[in-house]
Amino acid sequence: MSLVKLGLVDYGNMLMLFVLIVASLTVYFIRDLLHAVIVYGVFSFIMAVVWLQMNSPDLAITEAAAGIITTVLMMLVISRTSRREE
Amino acid sequence: MKIRDLILKRITTLVLPFIQVYGFYIIFHGQISPGGSFAGGIIVALGYIAYATAFGVDEGRAVVPEKVTTYAESYGTLWYALLGLVGIAKGVPFLANKLAGIDVGVPGTISSGGLIALLSIGIGIKVASTMVSLFFTMLEEEV
Repeated sequence: MSLVKLGLVDYGNMLMLFVLIVASLTVYFIRDLLHAVIVYGVFSFIMAVVWLQMNSPDLAITEAAAGIITTVLMMLVISRTSRREE
Repeated sequence: MKIRDLILKRITTLVLPFIQVYGFYIIFHGQISPGGSFAGGIIVALGYIAYATAFGVDEGRAVVPEKVTTYAESYGTLWYALLGLVGIAKGVPFLANKLAGIDVGVPGTISSGGLIALLSIGIGIKVASTMVSLFFTMLEEEV
């Protein structure tokens, strides 16, 4: 309670970090690889917002761009191979 | 990749110049604003990848042949190394900027930073061509 009154607990950041944890676990456990790539895109986007919240817009821009290009390349790999995890 | 859609082609043609200009803006303002050569190079490559995805691999390869990406990767790195050698030629450490007697200008203006703007251009070219060649490597690989 005291931490909340001091303003040290940021519920917005806590929510985003919780989404990050859920998204990374989902990427690991999901069976359909296309869905996994899409969830990884969500992870990357939320991570970019978290970087922006933590006052590093430099990393936010890099994370957004690199996340998009990683998603595109992963989708290319899926289109060339199988969509289901063996 | 069998995407041949009219709407996709038109929208890509309309949006592509803005993506490219934004990427070059981030590269050239790397020393005074957030972003830099890596993020800008990836954005430039993304614009080209969007074009190659919408118009097909062969048409994309016609715009940027494999030879161009190979030379751009090599000479981007070589440009960086040559600019680093400027410091050694002046008798100060590698990649020295102000120590080598280069005018670093007024902080906060676009002309400040000395060698860093030139380094950013080299790395931007290198990152963009690497991303494009990665894209084509993954796309053209015969299974």
